[in-house]
Amino acid sequence: MQRSATIAVLVENEAGVLARVIGLFSGRGYNIDSLTVAPVDEAGKLSRITVVTSGTEMVIEQIKAQLDRLVPVHRVSDLTLEGPHLTRELALIKVTGRGEHRVEALRLADAFRARVVDATTESFVFEMTGNAEKIEAFLALMRPLGLAEVSRTGAVAIARGSSALAA
Amino acid sequence: MSATQAHAPAATEHRSGAEVVLRALKDQGVDVIFGYPGGAVLPIYDALFQQNAIRHILVRHEQAAVHAAEGYARSTGKVGVVLVTSGPGATNAVTGLVDALMDSIPVVCLTGQVPTHLIGNDAFQEADTTGITRPATKHNYLVKRSEDLASTIHDAFYVAKSGRPGPVVVDLPKDILIKAAPYTEAPSQEEPHRSYRPRTEPDRNTVLEAVRMLKRAERPVVYTGGGVINSGPEASRLLGEFVRLTGMPCTSTLMGLGAFPSSDPLFLGMLGMHGTVEANLAMHGCDVMLNLGARFDDRVTGRLDAFSPGSKKIHADIDPSSINKNVKVDVAIVGDAGRIIAALIEAWKADETPVAKEAQSGWWKNIHEWRGRDCLRYVQSGSIIKPQHAVHRLFELTKEDGRDTFISTEVGQHQMWAAQYFGFEKPNRWMTSGGLGTMGYGLPAAMGVQIAHPDALCIDIAGEASILMNIQEMGTLAQYRLPVKVFILNNEYMGMVRQWQELLHGGRYSESYSDALPDFVKLAEAFHAKGLRAETADQLDGVIREMLAHPGPVIADICVAKDENCFPMIPSGAAHNEMILGPDSDGNARAVTDEGKVLV
Repeated sequence: MQRSATIAVLVENEAGVLARVIGLFSGRGYNIDSLTVAPVDEAGKLSRITVVTSGTEMVIEQIKAQLDRLVPVHRVSDLTLEGPHLTRELALIKVTGRGEHRVEALRLADAFRARVVDATTESFVFEMTGNAEKIEAFLALMRPLGLAEVSRTGAVAIARGSSALAA
Repeated sequence: MSATQAHAPAATEHRSGAEVVLRALKDQGVDVIFGYPGGAVLPIYDALFQQNAIRHILVRHEQAAVHAAEGYARSTGKVGVVLVTSGPGATNAVTGLVDALMDSIPVVCLTGQVPTHLIGNDAFQEADTTGITRPATKHNYLVKRSEDLASTIHDAFYVAKSGRPGPVVVDLPKDILIKAAPYTEAPSQEEPHRSYRPRTEPDRNTVLEAVRMLKRAERPVVYTGGGVINSGPEASRLLGEFVRLTGMPCTSTLMGLGAFPSSDPLFLGMLGMHGTVEANLAMHGCDVMLNLGARFDDRVTGRLDAFSPGSKKIHADIDPSSINKNVKVDVAIVGDAGRIIAALIEAWKADETPVAKEAQSGWWKNIHEWRGRDCLRYVQSGSIIKPQHAVHRLFELTKEDGRDTFISTEVGQHQMWAAQYFGFEKPNRWMTSGGLGTMGYGLPAAMGVQIAHPDALCIDIAGEASILMNIQEMGTLAQYRLPVKVFILNNEYMGMVRQWQELLHGGRYSESYSDALPDFVKLAEAFHAKGLRAETADQLDGVIREMLAHPGPVIADICVAKDENCFPMIPSGAAHNEMILGPDSDGNARAVTDEGKVLV
């Protein structure tokens, strides 16, 4: 039984830490569906990596245990397993064209609450946040309307409620 | 690296980073390092020249420096230390690092690096050492600021020896070694590490659950591994106490040999691919298995879906990632092997669950029957020396000799024969490359052991092919007058390769013949050592005695039967109850399935 897992990893913000995490996934043959990283504390000493992966329960347990034993890793949290959580992704989407397609793209963007952040007479750049399904649904609609380019951040996630993941 | 918070106010300034490096090593209790100089580490060599606290052993190849440090570490329980230069010095060390990683040996390897301003410029003897060694080490560091130098080295030692031990690389740019640098003391032991705090104390409830399971067991078995050795000699003593207290049969992995005395009637011998019948059938037929500090390696389990099918499994390991990696277990105890065994003893004594004694006596009857097959039996007849006989005689004569004896091996048939026919009574006496299977490990490892134990008897049981992979270390033996004995089982074949070609590839011995071998007696003499040779069975004891009596290094070339195979054998892709017992065993025909062929 395969499942998807969104894993939050708090790490030391030091050189090579991302390479360690990515090397672990490639070296042991695990999947990375998306991965994001940025510093998250005031002093800039801690970074948070959000990795979306998939595998059997045994593989996902292995991924977490392998991550946890990396020296610069403080905490590993399987958000999927640990309960309700929020996942968001940001996408910048460029659509080109003229005429009716252009009007339709704008109408759909409005329905999806995508914001126009750049426009020319023959293009729009939409900014949209949401979970991966929402972004994919929007992209599918844009494809026949002149979808030209996409830039996505990958998922970031956080647990609901008052408990916090800290070093 | 942003290890620690730079300038502690009490930091003392040193003339050079190199001096700081040596002071940090000294404060970490280092008395010897194995190394090879080169441009990037010249400042450290200059500082070494001007002090006496740390001894440097000059090896002949950087790979050997790491294996020597492994031998030193494994035989003392201390961290082994290596010093090599940038570029080729570091890349040559990589095999040793992976070897130490696979076998969980604590090693700190200092590598030189081009100065910080040249990093990334493809400078002379530049290599991306931290990049190359990232998957080859437990952890690595590149020191970019002088103020991080001392704290990084302290951190490296902490990481190398804490939790599941392993190799750690500290990459040292030359400008950092030359510039003045502050010294900071090692953090006190009570001060928790900022991110790496492995669990060592087991959960008491889980221990109790394990004890109850074991008491109710009708067919229990204890399976121990290198984790017991790594935990220190006290863990081995406790293991003996626990096994005798419970009366359970005990088997060991290759890496765990010596933790439990081989002469004890409760010991079943080694398990796994070349393990004994009684060990493997006990694993296959048990109803409760207690794994102490082993990792369900593929050499041990054989075919996973047929591994010990009817048993409840308890796994004690210091590394949570070892649990449920290969084999799903019922009870997991995370912690240090010694502390876990101590907790098991305590819980066993306190818990009132009755022991299933009657059923266990039936289990022992089975075991005695399997043992009665005498699976390691061999017949030494005629003048050709059987390799098993050579190891057996070596064992007997070293017992007579009486000195504390340390055995290292290379990799292949001779390694398995050494594991099968040399009995180990104590931990830390057996150095072998288990996980990585590195030919060329044994001679440098024996060298490191001899440095740590100058009066002990250190023997490398070798094959004629493996020994050539690090033969240059004979020069190191000569330089430091290290009386290591190299005992070559010379069958003129890469024996294990030949054995697999016989069993799996229709006897087509592709490239496995050791052609154009050197004359090992003359080779020994060329390296200022003694060379001996035994060609017939009646010469064997005499050669061994002469080897043991000689005060300096010796190569003993033991010409053994060329076509002998190592048995018992669980062919790849087979289960524990599908062992081949010998050349005439009816198992040979169905030995290897197509699925098995893809396995190594």
